[in-house]
Amino acid sequence: MALINYASREINSKIVYYGPGLGGKTTNIKYIYTKLNPEIKGKLISLATELDRTLFFDFLPVDLGTIRGFKTRFHLYTVPGQVFYNASRKLILKGADGIVFVADSQIERYDENIESFENMNDNLQTYNLTLDRIPLIIQYNKRDLPNITSVEELQKVINPQNKYPFFEAVASQGIGVFETLKEVCKKVLLTLG
Amino acid sequence: MREGINIFEEDFWAITDILNRLLQGTNARTILLIDKAGQLITSSGDTAKIDVSSFATLSAADFAATSQLASLIGEKEFSTLFHQGEKENLYVCLIADRVILAVIFDMRTTLGLVRVRAKNSAAELEKIFNDIFDKLDKQTGPKKGLDLDFTKAAEEELDKLFGF
Repeated sequence: MALINYASREINSKIVYYGPGLGGKTTNIKYIYTKLNPEIKGKLISLATELDRTLFFDFLPVDLGTIRGFKTRFHLYTVPGQVFYNASRKLILKGADGIVFVADSQIERYDENIESFENMNDNLQTYNLTLDRIPLIIQYNKRDLPNITSVEELQKVINPQNKYPFFEAVASQGIGVFETLKEVCKKVLLTLG
Repeated sequence: MREGINIFEEDFWAITDILNRLLQGTNARTILLIDKAGQLITSSGDTAKIDVSSFATLSAADFAATSQLASLIGEKEFSTLFHQGEKENLYVCLIADRVILAVIFDMRTTLGLVRVRAKNSAAELEKIFNDIFDKLDKQTGPKKGLDLDFTKAAEEELDKLFGF
């Protein structure tokens, strides 16, 4: 959860990118890293396997600058998407102020999205948290591929009440990446206010 | 689970004072205080050569992973960790179940001294953090947070930063 230090005038918040394996969570963070000015971003840390699959997490600190005298900073994390890394996913989710759920739009990944979303809810429950208390943004990624499920269909299973803002994205080309980030940052700041 | 940590002036300076005394008393190089979610609360000593954000995140992750290892063998928690390097060493301990104290030290001091003095400081810090958490728990009425002005200014900054 957010750390507000009134003495050093700093606010730190944690945003977690969640979703099924190979869905594009790391791609989002890497794109953000390549596009931000060096003075506002920290080092990108990836704890990944030799095959570049996320093992524990990716981490990127982003400085928003000084707002009303408070140095405001977001810490972006990704979780490992592969099913058997649930212990790590749970640890990363701890203390999250906002979540981006990156869904893979490909037809063959339909079930994995649902499983991952349910897994996220289960993991939140272990910390006595629900999505009523943590802002969630959904990103339907890989919209450029030919074999994809329609957004309407994905919405029906992931976001049936249209409770959460959603964006279509092609993270590998940066489409929808910053729109998603901006929305989750806004929602997190609203919860601090 | 408590929501976040808000630290006000008085507590912050008390915490900083404890860290400074620990730094002097142990001759350590750097001391960091980190919350369990990986955010740096404050530090004392030389941080010029350390990427403190990364260090804080990885220390918290290290601690979290080790806690899980502890539970797998039936322990509640490994309350301290020690990493030994050729020149630099790292001693880490948990305070008030929520905050991580990391002491980076070299051959100018010893693990024994760091361990003893850190234990004393941990007890002092624990009292302060328990008070902070009590204050947060007892807060009634509207949450003492950031005002609407802040949110609005932040939105403008986001627009500027991400170029929309």
